[in-house]
Amino acid sequence: MVLAAGPKRTEPSRMSRQLPPQQKTPIRLTDTVVEVKSKFEAEYRRFGLKRNGSGGFQEFYRLLQTIHHIHGVDVLLGYADIHGDLLPINNDENFYKAVSSANPLLRIIITKREDEPVVYGTNSLQRRKKGLGLTGLRTTGSGTIHSKSKSGLMIGPPQNFRQISSIIDVDILPETHRRVRLHKHGTKKPLGFYIRDGVSVRVTPQGVEKVPGVFISRLVRGGLAESTGLLAVNDEILEVNGIDVAGKSLDQVTDMMVANSHNLIVTVKPANQRNNVVHRESKNFMGNSGSVGSAGSTGSVLSHESPSPASQSNPITASSSIAEGDSEDEDDDGDIILENDCPTAYNPHLVTKRNSVKLNGESSCSGPHPSAVGRPLPQSMSLPSSIGASLGYSSNTMSGHNGSLASSSQDSMKDDGTELTL
Amino acid sequence: MMKFRFRRQGTDPQRERIKQELFAFNKTVGHGFPHQPSALAFDPKLQLMAIGTKSGAIKIYGAPGVEFTGIHGDATAVTQIHFLPGQGRLLSLLDDNTIHLWELVAGPSREVGGHFVVRIFSLWEKIKLCLFVSFIHSRLPDDYRCGKSLGPVESLQEHPQQPGKILIGYSRGLVVLWDLGAGRVEQLFLGKQQLESLVWERSGNLFVSSHNDGGYSVWAVTSGNACSPQPVSSTIPYGPFPCKAINKILWRTSQSGSPVLLYSGGMPRASYGDRHCLTVQQDKEHVTLDFTSRVIDFFTVHSIKPEKEFDDPSALVVLLEEELVVIDLQTPGWPSLPTPYLAPLHSSAITCSCHIANVPPKLWERLINAGKAQRGRQQTHMSWPICGGKNLAPPPKQQELLLTGHEDGTVRFWDASGVALTPLYKLGTANVFHTDCDDPHDPGDDPDLQQEEEWPPFRKVGCFDPYSDDPRLGIQKMSLCKYSNKLMVAGTAGQVIVLGFNDERSDHSVDVSVVDLLQDREGFTWKGHSRLEPRLKPAPFPPGFQPLVLVQCLPPASVTAVALHTEWNLIAFGTSHGFGLFDYHRRNSVLARCTLHPNDSLAMEGPLSRVKSLKKSLRQSFRRIRKSRVSGKKRVITTPTSKVQEANAALAEQEEVAPVQRRIEPRSADDSLSGVVRCLCFADTFLRDGTHHGPTLWAGTNSGSVYAYALEVPGVGSGRACERGGASESSSCVEAVLGKEIQLMHRAPVVSICVLDGRGKPLPDPYEASQDLAIAPDMTNAHSVLIASEEQLKVFSLPKVSAKTKFKLTAHEGCRVRKVALVLFSSAAQEDYNEHTLVCLTNLGDMHLFNIPALRPQVRYDCIRKEDISGIASCVFSKNGQGFYLISPSEYERFSLSAKVLTEPLCSVQLDRPQMLPVVSDGEGQTLEPPSSLSSPILDTPLDSPLSCADLTLDSTGELTVEDVRDFLT
Repeated sequence: MVLAAGPKRTEPSRMSRQLPPQQKTPIRLTDTVVEVKSKFEAEYRRFGLKRNGSGGFQEFYRLLQTIHHIHGVDVLLGYADIHGDLLPINNDENFYKAVSSANPLLRIIITKREDEPVVYGTNSLQRRKKGLGLTGLRTTGSGTIHSKSKSGLMIGPPQNFRQISSIIDVDILPETHRRVRLHKHGTKKPLGFYIRDGVSVRVTPQGVEKVPGVFISRLVRGGLAESTGLLAVNDEILEVNGIDVAGKSLDQVTDMMVANSHNLIVTVKPANQRNNVVHRESKNFMGNSGSVGSAGSTGSVLSHESPSPASQSNPITASSSIAEGDSEDEDDDGDIILENDCPTAYNPHLVTKRNSVKLNGESSCSGPHPSAVGRPLPQSMSLPSSIGASLGYSSNTMSGHNGSLASSSQDSMKDDGTELTL
Repeated sequence: MMKFRFRRQGTDPQRERIKQELFAFNKTVGHGFPHQPSALAFDPKLQLMAIGTKSGAIKIYGAPGVEFTGIHGDATAVTQIHFLPGQGRLLSLLDDNTIHLWELVAGPSREVGGHFVVRIFSLWEKIKLCLFVSFIHSRLPDDYRCGKSLGPVESLQEHPQQPGKILIGYSRGLVVLWDLGAGRVEQLFLGKQQLESLVWERSGNLFVSSHNDGGYSVWAVTSGNACSPQPVSSTIPYGPFPCKAINKILWRTSQSGSPVLLYSGGMPRASYGDRHCLTVQQDKEHVTLDFTSRVIDFFTVHSIKPEKEFDDPSALVVLLEEELVVIDLQTPGWPSLPTPYLAPLHSSAITCSCHIANVPPKLWERLINAGKAQRGRQQTHMSWPICGGKNLAPPPKQQELLLTGHEDGTVRFWDASGVALTPLYKLGTANVFHTDCDDPHDPGDDPDLQQEEEWPPFRKVGCFDPYSDDPRLGIQKMSLCKYSNKLMVAGTAGQVIVLGFNDERSDHSVDVSVVDLLQDREGFTWKGHSRLEPRLKPAPFPPGFQPLVLVQCLPPASVTAVALHTEWNLIAFGTSHGFGLFDYHRRNSVLARCTLHPNDSLAMEGPLSRVKSLKKSLRQSFRRIRKSRVSGKKRVITTPTSKVQEANAALAEQEEVAPVQRRIEPRSADDSLSGVVRCLCFADTFLRDGTHHGPTLWAGTNSGSVYAYALEVPGVGSGRACERGGASESSSCVEAVLGKEIQLMHRAPVVSICVLDGRGKPLPDPYEASQDLAIAPDMTNAHSVLIASEEQLKVFSLPKVSAKTKFKLTAHEGCRVRKVALVLFSSAAQEDYNEHTLVCLTNLGDMHLFNIPALRPQVRYDCIRKEDISGIASCVFSKNGQGFYLISPSEYERFSLSAKVLTEPLCSVQLDRPQMLPVVSDGEGQTLEPPSSLSSPILDTPLDSPLSCADLTLDSTGELTVEDVRDFLT
């Protein structure tokens, strides 16, 4: 592993020996060296890095700590990829990816872990092309030991992310279809799409047949549907939460979607069939649950992360969507019940406070369904660190060898609900 | 999701059998007046009347309870109907120039196709047309043959005594008496005026023609005289100024001397040209019946026995566009007769309705007496003149009452026990208020006197009056307690009136209270209508329901929900701003709660701010119209020749026009109108804890909020009030304490709230349990509350409100709940088995039935077309599994979901049907309900006078075509 000293600072000898003395002009650099510009708070460092060096993520992490003189500070690393998206570096895999994608400059952004959680991808540097709303990104790596884990993908503390969408049931659906789950709760964003009537062409034994269908007609800019990248205009809607929409009117489908809007699972036939999930024999590519959304822009499934081999154990992919819907079905039992002893004027603050309290009571009484009732409250999601503390998820991360992204995040969300004992 | 799927799959044969014994869907009978009637016929032999409508329906009425209905497959207007007298057959001519033959048969009702028709008129064409053209023309006098055509045939009347002779009236005025047997013209009558109609005198010695200029002429038929150039007499009754045409005229002889002359129209064009009039005159007696809607047709009921010398008309039946009026011609003064069916429900537009089953006989009797007192002035002793058929339906087991609230502030009470919906009693609420109309002159003042001397002698007849004096008077909600005879009505301007029944006339003033539902909300200005001004002076109230208390909501928005609990003397009412609770016994307001959401800026600013969006939507709709016009033009230009092209063009057009889009977004709390109170309910249940039950009030809003109040009613309940003992007795005031607030997560409007007892049965009505009229509710086990929102049905346990069961209707079916009712279904097979079931009408017009409290789907029936929004909105359920909804502004369709409780016509008609139709098996015999239909080709019909219908008038005004001929040969 390698490096060049930054413009202002010479790096420890161990690193500098392999490189020519400080070079300010990147032109001189050979193809084997990557120019790195790292930023921590208001400080910049520039240095070089050997492209095919043998060092891994941990080494790089320590290097940066050294360069920035932030030993002992828990930080998160991120880099800007060629699309300008801010992506995390937290394991060897994405570290190599970052290095290989540097063209020519690799821009590293270092943030303190205590800071506001970085939302990767979504509010990225130049444009927002990929909804990276997937939990597949692990931002951890703070000196923990799991870096050498062979499981490949590592998962960050779920509280740093909020799942907003996922592709589910890849293994049981035809390749031409896509089942997308949109999680509305906890976000201020509108769902943000419109549907219309249209004509769908079906191939039948009798030949091509035109049947009425329902299609996505518009995505609202900045809405949840758009930001996932999983839905597009002219996608045909086939099912809503496991129920076939064939023969249903536009108004019926609208009502069904609105009724399920807190946890909407739509099965679509994408108008653009090029980005479909491809089933491959290799286990490595099986069950790309939750990670495909980002593939849209590059046309490749693997733009910045590798799929988890362990994802077969993902309960979502393993189970049918109906069962899935069913478990979620209980999710909206969270009707808010206020107990009043005296008539009071409507007071939103009061209400929310009571909500949370009451919710706990509720969830404890409806024990058998961990997901029942215990739907995370908006405010709990906006304070991830505090909740994380109460969750005691560290064991989760310690054992985080399997990368079942969606499931872990799912669990954590359930945990949020049930263990929210304040 | 899967849960329910599995449940549905698991069909238990035993359960299926029980379901079949409990549930069955039938549309049983229509009540009210057919919408847009277009034709009338009467069979004097069978004494049956038929009405055809513009939507292609044919309804036949006889004696009260005898009703038949048939609908032509394609909804084209019926232009004429004629009975084949005595045969139970009916010919109908539709607007699309098809003729259909109907026949009363026993068995299931079917619609008859009409293709055999073609043969009928081809047969007649052969005989008639050629005759007319060749012969008649050749025999016309010269002055009629000066190159002019005769015009279309206006009227065709068979000679009353000699079946072979017919009278043919041409539009230009010529009338020919044609002898069918001999094939020659017997007599020519040279009328000078445009002809409108013809009618024979009974003897056949005279006939009368009515004309376009408002006159009529009497012609004498004399044998041997080939041509009469002049009528015996010619009169223009409302001359000398230009008059409108007399569309139809009848001439009826009577034993008492002068013939009775009845004709429609003929009014002076300038002064009364817009009136809908029918004149009845005999000697000096002359009455111009002045109707509020157009005269469609009329006939008289008179003696048809050949041995009688005179017609002696007993009644005149006039079909108007909006009602049926019957005039008693035997009683001097010709009073009008109340109709036992075809009641004009919509005399003022119906705004709400309510059904009360099993009315106690005492209240029933008092209602009938009150109704009789109301009608006392115009009593006639004549029995109903149309008396064909026999009603075989058993007398109803229980008395049912249908209440309709109207736009003019009246509440009408109808007897809904049987097939015929008959008016019982009419309650007006306008007299509680000062309105513009009640200030002026006393009755019997100048205007009436003027009317006396007026020419023509008008007489207002009929009760259809679509003009409301003040739209604020409109009734929005009603609730009747049948045990304590208390009625609560609430209206458009936030008025809530509590009425009690009194058999005596009473002069008293009404207590008025004003309840401010906004409470201390700031920044609200109501920009809608002002509240009604209550009448402060004592007013006379006729026997019947008399107002006791008037509560006026502020702001005076329309009342959207009411609840009445007579045992506690409480009423609850809700508007778009909040709800209130009022103790009508102590006359004090207990509670007022504002339900407006703080973010609901629209509601806060009042309704006027919605004008903005209204403007927007107007603009959009104009654009849409413009667009459709443009595309319409395009279609005309292209004129696709083949069907395929047409379809392709339609498809292309569909694609090119921007499609309708629907936004997918969860409801937010900020949606406007979120504060509208949708339902209110009183219940004696457990709200505070599991051991003490007491009175509660529940309210649900448009945004999925439910408020539950614990009430302390002095002397009621085992709640705190009793624990405190005497202390609370002394305060003797009802108190309300907010117990629970439930915010449904999906925020859909709460349609209904109902508390279920420990056995999962709905709580009985007030007084039912205390008077041993119902099984007392189970208070030992935990209660639960059923909350039905537009999207979900959900049962929560009480007192701790936790969800027990639910059914997500919208998520599963894509439909939304519109109406909900708890109905007791009795088994058709087992005498004492019954089940409480939740009936749900959705926005798609289908009925979903769920058992309670498990909320398992039982059956589903398609009931109302989903496009029929007003039909769905008007639907009311009875407690025994029947229901009503409006199929037109004037008609209720009655349906039954119960396999046991059905109210449908069951009647017989004695027919004298000649065996000329091969299909008919029992030509003579009883024809049981249901109605109508079919017959087979009748090409072999002999020429034995299909024209013998009582009155056959034709108003074909077009050119003489084959179709015209076909029409009148039916």
